[in-house]
Amino acid sequence: MKRPYFLLHLLKDLRLEWRSRDAINAMLFFALLVVVIFSLAFDPTRSVARQISGPVLCVAILFAAVSALNQAWARELRHAVLDAQRMTPAPASSLFLGKVLANFLFVSVIELILAPLFTIFYNLHPLGNAWLLLVAVPLGTWAILINGTFFAALSIRSRNRELLLPLILFPIFMPALLGMVLAISAVLSGETDPMLWIKMLAGYDVIFTTISLLMFEIVLHAED
Amino acid sequence: MPPLVELHDVSKLYGSFAALRKISLGFEQGRCYVLLGENGAGKSTLLRIVAGLIKPTHGRLALFGDLSPEEARSRIGYMSHAPMLYDEFSGVENLRYFADLYRERPCLTPEDALRAVGLDPTLKRTVGHYSQGMRQRTSLARVLLPQPDLLLLDEPFSNMDANSARQMLDLVAKLREEGKTVLLTTHQRELAEPVADYLLTLRAGSVASLIDTKVVAS
Repeated sequence: MKRPYFLLHLLKDLRLEWRSRDAINAMLFFALLVVVIFSLAFDPTRSVARQISGPVLCVAILFAAVSALNQAWARELRHAVLDAQRMTPAPASSLFLGKVLANFLFVSVIELILAPLFTIFYNLHPLGNAWLLLVAVPLGTWAILINGTFFAALSIRSRNRELLLPLILFPIFMPALLGMVLAISAVLSGETDPMLWIKMLAGYDVIFTTISLLMFEIVLHAED
Repeated sequence: MPPLVELHDVSKLYGSFAALRKISLGFEQGRCYVLLGENGAGKSTLLRIVAGLIKPTHGRLALFGDLSPEEARSRIGYMSHAPMLYDEFSGVENLRYFADLYRERPCLTPEDALRAVGLDPTLKRTVGHYSQGMRQRTSLARVLLPQPDLLLLDEPFSNMDANSARQMLDLVAKLREEGKTVLLTTHQRELAEPVADYLLTLRAGSVASLIDTKVVAS
């Protein structure tokens, strides 16, 4: 049976990362640094921890994701592999979707490693429905990565791409960041209902995934 | 028979610099065109335009009659200075990935493509550990995979020893006999001349000469 094109790109990215571990190592280092530094800086009690851990978790994920996104297309640029991919009849959107899914899996691995550390460092005990974190965090992560992968591709022809990516990404990601922080904080504190923010994140993801998939063909074939 | 590739007044500008100036040419099926010229003459730009990787600033390009660039793309094999391969994969792994992306075309197997360029398909080393010559051969194997009708080879022998280069030229000659059209840029005129049907010389983005080698020989 023929695999869909996006799965071919995804499997390729997973195998490349398995051999080099470039993205995972960079992200893990960044995320751990953020978690440890914030826990030392605030010395949080249980009630304070519930208030600040949502934003800290989001910042850790955001910084980790950006460090990976800066390198998201590096392998394709090195030795002009991207030109070879552009010459194939496979749709551009499949290349993009494969890349986003690969990045999503890498960041999810980091989140799985961060989760127990976070609970220990911040002495956390969620008062709301903890399972909702399994919805809010992946939705927020997808929001970073769908935009980040798209804008990383848009900025690959720029000399200052590592500066350009956060400059473009952060303002566009702001509504999703807000939704993610508030949803996580609501689950941890149990004071408000996180569903409004989760629905907003889901809507954001649907809109930006659709736009990115439709626009990627133009970005891929844009000229130097 | 109409030319496989036709360029009508094609120009390419990068700011105020003209990489190509009003080029009008036709490339016929089953012929090998060797593109000559100094660095910056416009050889690579011409190949990238035909490959559909960049668009001409002015003029028109017709491929395979009048196929759209998207339809034409899968019938073109393009080899650039860079190997266009992943360093972390072996030759076979790279080719398997690309063969899957060309699955709508009747592809060679990665093993056969590597054998065609004189490489051992059982080689386990990753491309990052290949010599420059081996990378170029693997890159040529990638080009051969989808059995393209038009091959665009940008300095394919620049890092090869004389013996390897001659082997690759024999392969180019064989492809031309099979009815493939080959556009090949090189600085090694003497090496490529035996397989050339036409010698096209570019100078400062313009056609300086187009020589039919058979006419010259007779």
